[in-house]
Amino acid sequence: MPHDAYIYDAVRTPRGRGKADGSLHEIQPVDLLATVLRALQTRNNLDTAQVDDVVIGCVTPIAEQGGVIARSAVIHAGWATNVPGVQLDRFCASGLEAVNTAAMQIASGWHKLVVAGGVESMSRLPMGSDGGAWFMDPRVNLESGFVPQGISADLIATIENFSRDDVDRYALQSQQRAAYAEQNGYFKSRVPVRDQNGLHILNRDEHIRANTTLERLANLSPAFEMMGDMGFDAVALDRYPKLERIEHVHTAGNSSGIVDGAAAVLLGSKEMGERLGLKPRAKILAGAVVGTEPTIMLTGPAPASKKALAKAGMNARDIDLFEVNEAFAVVPMRFVRDMNLDGTENVNVNGGAIAMGHPLGATGAMLLGTLLDELERNDLETGLVTLCVGGGMGIATVVERV
Amino acid sequence: MPIHFARESENIITLTFDHAGSVNLIDENFLREFDNHVSRLTNDASLCGVILASAKDTFFVGADIEMLYRADDAAQVFEMTQAFKATLRKLETLGKPVVAALNGSALGGGFEIALACHFRIALDDKKAQFGFPEVTLGVLPAGGGVTRMVRMFGLQTALPYMVEGTRLNVEEAQDAGWIDEIVSSKEEMMERAREWILQNPRAQQAWDADGYRIPGGDPRRPQVMSQILPIAPAMLTQKTHRNYLAPEAILSAAVEGAMVNFETATRIESRYFAKLLTSQTAKNMMHAFWFQLNEIKAGSSRPREIEKRKTKKLGVLGAGFMGHGIAYVSALAGIDVVMKDVTRERAEAGKEKIAALLEERMARGKITEDLRLETLARIHATDDVNDLRDCDLIIEAVFEDRAVKADVIRETSNVISSDAFFGSNTSTLPISSLQSLSSHPAHFVGIHFFSPVYKMPLVEIIRGKETSDAAIAKAFDYVLQIGKTPIVVNDARGFYTSRVFGTYVNEGMALLAEGQHPRAIESAGVKAGMAVGPLAVSDEVNIGLIWHIREQTRKDFEAEGKVFPSDASDRVVDFMVNTAKRTGKAQGAGFYEYPESEKKFLWRELQNHFPLSDTELSQLEMIDRLLFVQCLETVRCVQQGVLTSSADANIGSIFGWSFAPFSGGTLQFINAYGIEKFIARSRELAEKYGARFEPPQLLLEIAEQGKSF
Repeated sequence: MPHDAYIYDAVRTPRGRGKADGSLHEIQPVDLLATVLRALQTRNNLDTAQVDDVVIGCVTPIAEQGGVIARSAVIHAGWATNVPGVQLDRFCASGLEAVNTAAMQIASGWHKLVVAGGVESMSRLPMGSDGGAWFMDPRVNLESGFVPQGISADLIATIENFSRDDVDRYALQSQQRAAYAEQNGYFKSRVPVRDQNGLHILNRDEHIRANTTLERLANLSPAFEMMGDMGFDAVALDRYPKLERIEHVHTAGNSSGIVDGAAAVLLGSKEMGERLGLKPRAKILAGAVVGTEPTIMLTGPAPASKKALAKAGMNARDIDLFEVNEAFAVVPMRFVRDMNLDGTENVNVNGGAIAMGHPLGATGAMLLGTLLDELERNDLETGLVTLCVGGGMGIATVVERV
Repeated sequence: MPIHFARESENIITLTFDHAGSVNLIDENFLREFDNHVSRLTNDASLCGVILASAKDTFFVGADIEMLYRADDAAQVFEMTQAFKATLRKLETLGKPVVAALNGSALGGGFEIALACHFRIALDDKKAQFGFPEVTLGVLPAGGGVTRMVRMFGLQTALPYMVEGTRLNVEEAQDAGWIDEIVSSKEEMMERAREWILQNPRAQQAWDADGYRIPGGDPRRPQVMSQILPIAPAMLTQKTHRNYLAPEAILSAAVEGAMVNFETATRIESRYFAKLLTSQTAKNMMHAFWFQLNEIKAGSSRPREIEKRKTKKLGVLGAGFMGHGIAYVSALAGIDVVMKDVTRERAEAGKEKIAALLEERMARGKITEDLRLETLARIHATDDVNDLRDCDLIIEAVFEDRAVKADVIRETSNVISSDAFFGSNTSTLPISSLQSLSSHPAHFVGIHFFSPVYKMPLVEIIRGKETSDAAIAKAFDYVLQIGKTPIVVNDARGFYTSRVFGTYVNEGMALLAEGQHPRAIESAGVKAGMAVGPLAVSDEVNIGLIWHIREQTRKDFEAEGKVFPSDASDRVVDFMVNTAKRTGKAQGAGFYEYPESEKKFLWRELQNHFPLSDTELSQLEMIDRLLFVQCLETVRCVQQGVLTSSADANIGSIFGWSFAPFSGGTLQFINAYGIEKFIARSRELAEKYGARFEPPQLLLEIAEQGKSF
């Protein structure tokens, strides 16, 4: 890379339950995004006029989340007029894709200072409500062997022989780790959401179930069995003809939660940081994206991570901490296998989306902040963030503290 | 095709379709003439309204399949389709009311004509059928059918009718909203049509009115459709495993058409149609389900000189599963039946099974209470052989054992009249060998039913060495009389159907013996287009029975001083029957496990006994093996004179054991693959897997002569 891309800061909102009774449901997505932009500004005493672009991931860019929400949020946050904004979408990777895009812009010398991030109000704009050829056009649906992600997750469990108990145990660990981290104030990058009067709305991740037990998790019904019976299992079995049937092990308890939230990351060149008196927290070493078989869909993290590590001249053993998005329990479980790691010892150490939720467009940027907080807390050096992605893709970013 | 034009006093014009043949068909002439008439109407200022009627017993049965079968140029198909739609569009946007007077069936393109009308009145005719059978011939309703159905009923309601090719009777059609009114006479129909025209001078289609929305929402509003659209292709995949183009095209044309205006939607529909109609699958399906099936029903395999005769009284020997099944379908067709078994109790038990089947049929609304009682009363259950005295046809369906069969043949021969014919429902014993036991061998014929009798559409008629033309004709007429499809073959071991079907089962077991993954074998079978995987079907047939037939054949071979050709599947059959003692579904254990409350699954220990090979075959390789082995055996049947007609071969394979219907049958598969290519691929397979894939002499000759099957 001609120029190093530094991360100067990373913030996120708490995650509100993505339902009409969730705390953040009343907040417009543009306000969620403006909240994190203002937090970056305040925390870093930022002269916003220096920002070359604001790159924001959003997966359901329609209605109040449509029409380039990045530019709307820049205006709404009261940033300098010369700051533009762009919205991008790579499904669940969007937040990290925004970070990688910003890193590329800085690395190429094209830009000097870029804000990357993401937003998703799933309580307002339900997943999939933007349509799309992938599943709404019968031809592409058939060509891609479309199944909902829960079926893909169950397919992975079937192939890997992960039992219901295995995935429930993973989910329990996610809840316990998240609750512990919450209790001990590990989530430094989180900023509260307030109303226009400054009144408190939410300052913690409200999806966490600190008191859940294995028994409670075991009592939940499989979430994807019925739709599997209706035809999606047949699609998966047609692609994986050696399987007798699909074992439906995923439930609402061991899948990621539906939540609302936003995140923003400030990236820049070394010179720009020095000029503005910013202290770099980390450096981006490499990033990568890959396409994978679309029916199983969620196996992208390992090949994307390997590709990114190879670019950085590293291997999995060189990484201190991993953040693997918990779209479903099997995603990090399979990642551990694919990457030959020693269990989940250094994977998602503060829990993940099973406990805290997965606000689609924002998650990637949120995970980066969580990772930085934890590297700093333990004085560790290297980290990797990776997510599985709809349509059969994977993304990864490798960072190092400076 | 003449279209009669008649103007009445109120300036109502009736166009009466009167094709030169027995039914109204869309052909080139019709398209031209219909458009001329409609164009004339658009210039008729005094016009009050239009009635479309038919001079035939039916209203209109659709397009001329010969015309469709010939079409091979997508551009021409597109233009012809667009021209037909333009005519219909002119008619529905005349600004004047147009009424369809449906005096009988309106199917396919014929029903599309009716849908372009503003009002549909049907005559109360129990035999009349309405709907879109296009999908069964590999195409879609392209006369605006997809477009109008979606606009009338919404995607969710309209799609199943077209994807499944459902046909409705007149009452069902009215309930579905396809027909607006049912009347009891032709006069009333025309009168009501006139009245409706006078009452609705400004008729317009709903989709041409301001503010129209497609019922149930359109795909542009994903909140509405997100429950249905993403899963519709999966539901299709579950049924077709993507072997059929037409249902997928119907789905796409409907969904894409719902996002745009009417004219654009019809154009999209025409493009999909052009693609389908010029595809090999559509040609295969038309070849089989239209031309060859019609050829069979017209009696191409029936001795022509023999006069047609109905069976009046049928004797059935054996009241077991096959016996009572035969009695049941015969009684339903109005034939008196004497069903004899060794004891009165067994005969009565068979009759009780029939009573249950009839109850079920009535519960489904297929027959009335009167018909149920009448049908049951036609069946006389007995243990007395003398009751068969005045039967004109006797069919034995006793246990598949030479000695048992011999007994009933002899016993019956003494009683029945010398004019009566005798059919044996054996599936394995050569007819010629049973024939010699009869006192009237010329009247002895093989009539091979498939199980379950009431479901399976095919009957295989077998000509033994001494079977007369009269006996073949008798059996043929009887099979048509009970509404089934007859094929006629010459006597040889396994006849045609059991013999070729056996190669499918054997190939599946050979793959297992070679160490291919059992589930992958089953998936390949289904993906090849077979209804059931080869191991599952072995369980259903019963592996014990397969073993039994094999042993019998081995003995017969030895008796003839020949060597029984052993193959890889022998080891599997032997192991399953003698070592594992798992003979199939009936025993609750075969290649599969059959848990009581769960779906069956493959026996997990199979892989211990047939360890996986290091060489994993691709699915395509397995599919080719499973299909080629059947096609090649069929060619051998032709070569050896067992089969004498391509129609019998193709229809027999599809109706008999569900050979990939989209391929058009075991011989059409070869034609469609390309004879030279098929030979080359067969040789490749023979090289790798053995002589059973070696192309027979006949195939080479046909290739050399540049012919096809």
